[in-house]
Amino acid sequence: MIYLDNAATTRQKPPQVIEAVVQAMTTMGNASRGAHGSALQAARAVYDARCKLARLFGCPRPDHVVFTCNATEALNIAIHGILSPGDHVISTDLEHNSVLRPLYRLERHGVSVSFVPADRQGRPDLSAFSALIRPETKAIICTHASNLTGNLVDVARVGAIARAHGLLFLVDASQTAGAVPIHMGEMGIDILCFTGHKGLMGPQGTGGLCIRPGVEIRPWKVGGSGVQSYRKEQPEEYPTRLEAGTLNSHGIMGLSAALDFIAETGVETIARREQDLMRRFYEGVSPLPGVTVYGDFSQPHRAAIVSLNIGDLDSGEVSDLLSQAYNIATRPGAHCAPRMHQALGTTRQGAVRFSFSWFNTEEEIDAAVRAVASIAAP
Amino acid sequence: MREKKPALIVTFPTTTDAMGMERMCAENQLPGRLIPVPREISAGCGLAWKAPVDAQAHLTDAMSQAGLHWQEVRVLELWV
Repeated sequence: MIYLDNAATTRQKPPQVIEAVVQAMTTMGNASRGAHGSALQAARAVYDARCKLARLFGCPRPDHVVFTCNATEALNIAIHGILSPGDHVISTDLEHNSVLRPLYRLERHGVSVSFVPADRQGRPDLSAFSALIRPETKAIICTHASNLTGNLVDVARVGAIARAHGLLFLVDASQTAGAVPIHMGEMGIDILCFTGHKGLMGPQGTGGLCIRPGVEIRPWKVGGSGVQSYRKEQPEEYPTRLEAGTLNSHGIMGLSAALDFIAETGVETIARREQDLMRRFYEGVSPLPGVTVYGDFSQPHRAAIVSLNIGDLDSGEVSDLLSQAYNIATRPGAHCAPRMHQALGTTRQGAVRFSFSWFNTEEEIDAAVRAVASIAAP
Repeated sequence: MREKKPALIVTFPTTTDAMGMERMCAENQLPGRLIPVPREISAGCGLAWKAPVDAQAHLTDAMSQAGLHWQEVRVLELWV
């Protein structure tokens, strides 16, 4: 199979990720639950992963790296933990439902939401952020890259706007963590939410948030922490404040091995490789008659995603044809990005998303271009 | 018969803080190891750092310099 659905999850992982999970599942106890060797081994592995993530994302303290099951959980924790009735928040048309649905739910509880619009190429109007700020605005919540078009948002510029107005700045890095350089301090990011199983190439069931020291997030879930057990409330200290329940130490150990692979390879090297593959595909399909590609490809840097349609064909049918006749895995439909599809005018047709990873090859890209050309041929 | 000896005990609010202590000590070649918190101490975290009593000044200086969080530094009589 030619796997081009890496924006959903990177299917191929570095071999050491699998080895680390197997080792963890055969040797590790429960982190933060006891002082015997197996429990300490787990606690050390989890702490080690926090240190690596803090280094990767420019988070000032490893104890401000919080683990969750995925980016959606991290976003729910952050969004529900910073907003209260009466607050106003600014987000964008580029967001995934993992941001939109928590915001829509909070709208029913007295939080007001404004959206920065996107144009027909999926580009957000950055000047709109300042125009939408009100006295009660609490935060800006923004994706780093659209999971549909791959357009990158200039988060450093948005972060500067947030800082200038004393707003919290939350970034959803689901499509960029591990594949695009991120530095919280340089980009003015207060809370960075990430998933472990896409660009970071770790196991599913891993993710988290990095928090700038001084930012207060109320806990979304409370329960066992292994510490301060006689208190009735969840411990106040990060990361324990937001980590009730047993951590996915097995998955985190795999993620830790993936972080080693990324550190050895270099985020810039990975980004360059994925950009080259994406450009090769884009250059191959964009001139084809009947093929419409969505997004802004004049950007020098973008997520390694190309979404397209062929004539007025149903995107689901095209994706199924790619799978059945060409053994190519893509993602059709809405991609959990309803506002982005509305901006692009593709709500009825959806789009076929091709997304690339470090492990794809030029031969695979060329085969995918030939497949699209074959389907698009009159 | 086993004999109790004085030991320096450092406690922490969270396991992450205890892990930070262990790493800092390893990097700076400072003595000690993690143990279950002795019952004499009411600590947040179930892990405590046990070290020789005469290492107290070195340890607390290094903890401060590293920006670590801890709860208490005490001397207790322990078996091992």
